[in-house]
Amino acid sequence: MLIVEDLHKSFATAQGRLPVLRGVQLQLAAGTSLALMGESGSGKSTLLHLIAGLERVDSGRILIHGQPLNGHNEAELARWRREGIGLVFQQYNLISSLNVAANLAFQARLAGRQDAQWQSHLSERLGLAPLLQRYPEQLSGGQQQRLAIGRALAARPQLVLADEPTGSLDETSSEAVLELFLELVREAGSSLLMVTHSARLAARLAHRLYLHQGRVQALED
Amino acid sequence: MDNLRVCLLALLSHWRRHPLQFFSILVGLWLATTLWTGVQALNSQARSDYARASAVLAGPAQVQLIPRRGERIPQSAYIGLRRAGWPVSPLLEGRLRFAGEPPISVQLLGIEPLTLPAGLQVAGQSSERLDLASFLGEPGQAWIAPDTLQRLGLQAGDVALTLDGQRLPPLQLQAQLAPGVIVVDIGRAQALLHAPDQLSRLLLPGDFSAPALPPTLLDSLQLQPAADGDDLQRLTDSFHLNLTALGLLAFIVGLFIVHAAIGLALEQRRGLLRTLRACGVSLATLLGTLGLELGLLALLGGLAGVASGYLLASLLLPDVAASLRGLYGAEVAGQLSLSPLWWLTGLAISLLGALLAGASSLLRAARLPLLALAQPQAWRVAQGIWLKRQALVACALLLVAVAVWRYGDSLLAGFALLASLLLAAALLLPALLDGSLALLARLCRGPLSEWFVADSRQQLPALSLALMALLLALAASVGVGSMTEGFRQTFSGWLDQRLAAELYLAPRDGDQANAVIGWLEDQPGVEAILPQRRVELRLQGRPAQLQGIVDHPTYRQHWPLLEAQANAWDKLAAGQGVMLSEQLARHLRITLDATLQLPSETGVQQLPVVALYADYGNPKGHMLVNVDWLRQHWSQAPISNISLRVAPEQVASLKSALEQRFVLEGARLIDQQGLKSWSTQIFERTFAATAALNSLTLGVAGVALFISLLTLGQSRLSQLAPLWALGLSRPRLAWLSLAQTLMLSSLTVLLAMPLGLLLAWCLVAVVNVQAFGWRLPLHVFPVQLLQLALLGLLTSLLAAAGPLWQLARQSPADLLRQFADER
Repeated sequence: MLIVEDLHKSFATAQGRLPVLRGVQLQLAAGTSLALMGESGSGKSTLLHLIAGLERVDSGRILIHGQPLNGHNEAELARWRREGIGLVFQQYNLISSLNVAANLAFQARLAGRQDAQWQSHLSERLGLAPLLQRYPEQLSGGQQQRLAIGRALAARPQLVLADEPTGSLDETSSEAVLELFLELVREAGSSLLMVTHSARLAARLAHRLYLHQGRVQALED
Repeated sequence: MDNLRVCLLALLSHWRRHPLQFFSILVGLWLATTLWTGVQALNSQARSDYARASAVLAGPAQVQLIPRRGERIPQSAYIGLRRAGWPVSPLLEGRLRFAGEPPISVQLLGIEPLTLPAGLQVAGQSSERLDLASFLGEPGQAWIAPDTLQRLGLQAGDVALTLDGQRLPPLQLQAQLAPGVIVVDIGRAQALLHAPDQLSRLLLPGDFSAPALPPTLLDSLQLQPAADGDDLQRLTDSFHLNLTALGLLAFIVGLFIVHAAIGLALEQRRGLLRTLRACGVSLATLLGTLGLELGLLALLGGLAGVASGYLLASLLLPDVAASLRGLYGAEVAGQLSLSPLWWLTGLAISLLGALLAGASSLLRAARLPLLALAQPQAWRVAQGIWLKRQALVACALLLVAVAVWRYGDSLLAGFALLASLLLAAALLLPALLDGSLALLARLCRGPLSEWFVADSRQQLPALSLALMALLLALAASVGVGSMTEGFRQTFSGWLDQRLAAELYLAPRDGDQANAVIGWLEDQPGVEAILPQRRVELRLQGRPAQLQGIVDHPTYRQHWPLLEAQANAWDKLAAGQGVMLSEQLARHLRITLDATLQLPSETGVQQLPVVALYADYGNPKGHMLVNVDWLRQHWSQAPISNISLRVAPEQVASLKSALEQRFVLEGARLIDQQGLKSWSTQIFERTFAATAALNSLTLGVAGVALFISLLTLGQSRLSQLAPLWALGLSRPRLAWLSLAQTLMLSSLTVLLAMPLGLLLAWCLVAVVNVQAFGWRLPLHVFPVQLLQLALLGLLTSLLAAAGPLWQLARQSPADLLRQFADER
């Protein structure tokens, strides 16, 4: 469902342009998962942002079900994020003015794909059911991350993009959260692209892709 | 000391990273100080000029001999009295006109320094210390104040030429002399005023126990006891109090900006404060450093504010001076000359303001748990407690307002009522907005609308102070606007009705009055000659005018009465009643049907009050009686004015003939149109300063909102970035943010309208009654309300435009930074 072809991206710095991605290629079939690994600055997050339409590519193509993302204008990219993907960040990025229930349902309602049963299931599975009326800052770190996962999956997106989703949690919690996350991604029928530093966590996914200085170093199945 | 320095440097480093907040605090202090010191400069200049005016001839209260009729005393009377052993000193007053567009009119005062009563000061100098040789010798001296000299465009030592070509002695600067006055030797004054052998008054020492006047002078002179001489000060007090109240309002609105900016700065620096405390800085040192930092900011803002306050006052002074001259006959210099004390007071006010605005934030910072993270929702929770407390204080203030309205009986009580109402409304605003948004939230069905309302509620704590400022400024604009516009309508209708005669004439003296009347009787087109006689009295310590009029349909048909007995005009004509101006009746606490006691030459007279009438713009009390009754009890009451009913086509020719025949200059003969336009002009200029201050206050509120939104815009990025990531485009987010601001300001504008009308009611029914003695009907002007509402929204739109433009242009990198692990 996702094909990335010869992707290049650089950023302007005081010293000139800094290349971050140099011809990255990857493919992700529907319903599968891929861990994106590499050292800091290797371009993992940038690749994720490009696929999410949060940044624009310099050259190369991103194809979703054969349709290129490159030519999309801001409104089309916003629609892609709204309806096509679910985003999970290390810092959760919840909406502080809305309570847990509203946060959980937010993107699904934006996408016009509300499914009360599925959301109820999610809140039960994620342990959020007794916390629905609370506000994000009244939750622990683990609860906030589970809420962010729930929000990303509530609309059953085609693709879930996660950037170090358990980076703020301790090892035990992150194991448990990841386990639950992968299970729910499968239940949602979504594909998953996850950035992580942890080889142990990456091993739980179907494929692993290593980035080094903006280039694909290796792909493991 | 080192602790303090390190702590201060750490705190100041915040401003390097947040220059906008630094700018906000400075702008707030600057604007607040500007408006306050500007108004104080106007008041202080006017008051110092009143003091100079009363110091032209100051000293122990003087007894005076004044003419019974007309304006002048023959010099022979003075000589006769001196020969009889009376220690009288002559004075001659008149006006000189100098070239200018329009011609500049200056009061000329002729004195005789050798006979001035002992202890009397002339222009601030003791009469014993005057340089008599220079003043009396050739070429003599004409004393003049620096501002009058500048107005004439001359320099010290110059010889001034009057419009009729006469030369004054060389001008000599006297810093203490009142503006608009020139003092010369009496002999020169007589020549300059074409008044040979004539005098205006004769001064006597205050302790002189005057024997009976010689019989030959009894008919022409009367003894006037020492007056307390502060009439001008008393009459103008209300005017200055009104200006002060407006200045204070603007100052408070300015302090809202400071309060908002300091609050946000503290909120953002909570992490820093926590670190400093963790590193061993004591709470006392920390608070001391914050206070010191606030003081430095106040000093900077205060210096800028005092300088621009001076500039603002210079711009407004011409209108204020014209109002004071027109309403009270008070001469106020056209330029500012303020003492160093005024500058220091301005700085002190800025410091005090900063302390007031910062104190509550410091207190809140000291009380909020330092270990709590600076999260907007936590702030909202803490704010919730404050909202409740604020609402309680507001309710208490409303009770105070009701009590003051019910039991207060002074101008100060009137302003206390306004202040309590405004403050209560301001304090209630956040709770009302929060409540309205909570209601709105129940109606929301979509995710965006839910977020829209919830996020607006979250923004409330940061915006509430700016919105309070907007509420106050807008309500003040509505209140003052409704009052002014209502007054304009009432005043103009009253003028149209009251000024029924075609020509108004003020004769120089009784002889001229008789000559004019005799001549007019033979003129074609003159339909009625209505001479009025007037005596000046003091009733309960305040000046009042008793006017005697003839019985004529002009009065019966045109004199507007507020309340009257049946057949009031018949009773007046029969000498069986007196009519009182509204303000005098209020001052004397007399109502219709009561009996008024008037101290006359023939003893105390008692007359029933048969009617009350409006007498807008007259600072003195005014009474109407029948002219024959007046002459029975004040046999020498002079003819003060003559109103003429003239066929319309004859007005111009008759006016011109009167001017030529009786040499009636300028203000002595004026037609109806001229009088109306002069009165309207005074009215407009009186409210020009008010309107300017009002607009500035609204501008300040706009700046408060702008700065709050701009500051908030920076911290809101982390709230908006997730929405962008979830699929809302940046322009859409910007539009939503604009709609949020407009929704909050619309609600505020909506609340400001009834508050403004309540304010207008307080102004016309309470403050005006206490300040001027008249009550105006409350008018509501829907178009004006709509204009002000739109202006309020436009102010919000302009205030929101900058921050939103920034948001719409925010690069994706800035938004992406919110997802990075850097917070």
